[in-house]
Amino acid sequence: MSQFLPEALQSVLPNVIQLLYLLATGFFIVGIKRLGSPATARSGNQLASFGMLIGVVVTLFDREILSFELIIAGVVIGALIGIIAAKKVQMTAMPEMVAIFNGFGGGASALVAWGEFARVDPTTIAPDGLVTTGLSIVIGSITFTGSFIAFGKLKGFINGGRIALPGQNIINLVLTALALGLVGWFTVDPAYQTVFWSLFGLSLLIGVLTVLPIGGADMPVVISLLNSYSGIAASMAGFVLGNNLLIISGALVGAAGLILTNVMCKAMNRTLLNVLFGAFGGGEEGPGDTGDSDKTVQKTYADDVAIQCSYANKVVIVPGYGLAVAQAQHVLKEVANLLEEKGVEVAYGIHPVAGRMPGHMNVLLAEADVPYDQLYDMEEINPQLKSTDVVLIIGANDVVNPAAKTSPGSPIYGMPILNVDEAKRTIVFKRSLNPGYAGIDNDLFYSDTNQMFFGDAKKSLQELSKAIKDLD
Amino acid sequence: MEELIFNLFIFVLASFVGFELITKVPPTLHTPLMSGANAISGITLIGALIITGGSDSAYAQWIGFAAIIFATINVVGGFMVTDRMLEMFKKKEDN
Repeated sequence: MSQFLPEALQSVLPNVIQLLYLLATGFFIVGIKRLGSPATARSGNQLASFGMLIGVVVTLFDREILSFELIIAGVVIGALIGIIAAKKVQMTAMPEMVAIFNGFGGGASALVAWGEFARVDPTTIAPDGLVTTGLSIVIGSITFTGSFIAFGKLKGFINGGRIALPGQNIINLVLTALALGLVGWFTVDPAYQTVFWSLFGLSLLIGVLTVLPIGGADMPVVISLLNSYSGIAASMAGFVLGNNLLIISGALVGAAGLILTNVMCKAMNRTLLNVLFGAFGGGEEGPGDTGDSDKTVQKTYADDVAIQCSYANKVVIVPGYGLAVAQAQHVLKEVANLLEEKGVEVAYGIHPVAGRMPGHMNVLLAEADVPYDQLYDMEEINPQLKSTDVVLIIGANDVVNPAAKTSPGSPIYGMPILNVDEAKRTIVFKRSLNPGYAGIDNDLFYSDTNQMFFGDAKKSLQELSKAIKDLD
Repeated sequence: MEELIFNLFIFVLASFVGFELITKVPPTLHTPLMSGANAISGITLIGALIITGGSDSAYAQWIGFAAIIFATINVVGGFMVTDRMLEMFKKKEDN
């Protein structure tokens, strides 16, 4: 598009482009910064998208770009798919959505490196350009197939459990070392097509093999890590093309993904290596107490729960993913409103791994118009639980399991939990006594201060809502 | 080689900026942050534009074309879905 500009401007155009790239970088940094607080987050996202718009429009004035037909067609097709997906997706399906968008981003970076390799004579590329091309292919391809496997696991297309060959970790390590070796070979002999294609194929395979063995419960960590990869892949593509905007933005995202991954791992008391290479209780037996027929639970019903909650000073709600599966957020909000009208203080205690990715539960509650200042993180709610009269635990299980504190043999031992057992009364909304996602029995259910309200979460909450209204 | 070193400086410094920016985000916003950051990683779209618009070989152009579609899905879908989530975050007074 540069040919449409006046001659005087043309000579300074490359510098103008670079300066506008710098401006776009500023928008990204300020945008991410503003994403850090609920009050400014929306504007932060809009600033970042504006930065992206600047970057894209400015690039169209690059002298290298001569033909526009394919560009326009590609942008229109991609935008349509993106808009439809973003509008249609259910909030409960957000982890899958992020996974698949992420896969496309990583795939695009691999394609950019391939395109650069295809458009110039590879023997004329300097060795450092070849290294970054190779790395861009490796990281981009792993992100692409890895994200699609994660998507399949979350959607249930692929078995959510561990799918692993014997010695899978060793196989993966060997393949990764092989891929890095191929990057080296490619750098030395870029004209040898077989090396290039082996590198590409092997990287795609590594993405599949590294994510397949990881269980569904660990998928948030994986998505977060793949998000980081897609940033690094974009950054590598920036190295290939010598484009600062790509290098910086990719690095920002790479750092973001790593921090988030770390947060998730800490919340589950696992190390990243443990998530990637050793599944839950791998090799060990679970807590072997099968003979718990002597343990009894107290059952309760809507009328009783209604009375206990209505005469409480403070009720804390602990939501889990089961709540979202039952689509019960809106009924829950209705119950909370009724209690607040009666002067009961209502707060929500959110475990960092509630939902299926970090912060997912907050989005699901926000969708039901729960104000974000009623949502408390684990560290904030735990000191309040001692003075709480009733805790309603809905669709959550492992995050309130005292075994994490008391039984060193348990696979979740050491995981920080919500200390609901310190409250005067806990009421667990649950279909049955089946153990949770991690497959671990929960002693809370048998505690003296606990009552079980059996049934579908949504139906139970509807009954509760009606029972509270009937009290008046 | 000089350019590689220079770019490495940029890469490392930008990573530090990213760490500093993101450590301060409350868990409430982790999902939108992940989604928004993910949209930014679609910046590779710019590379796709250069490959598609600046190649003589039809082969490279078609690879670039596929890259544009992929990256645009990432960018447009990512920013829109993040906006959809953040739109729902409200303070109590607003209700």
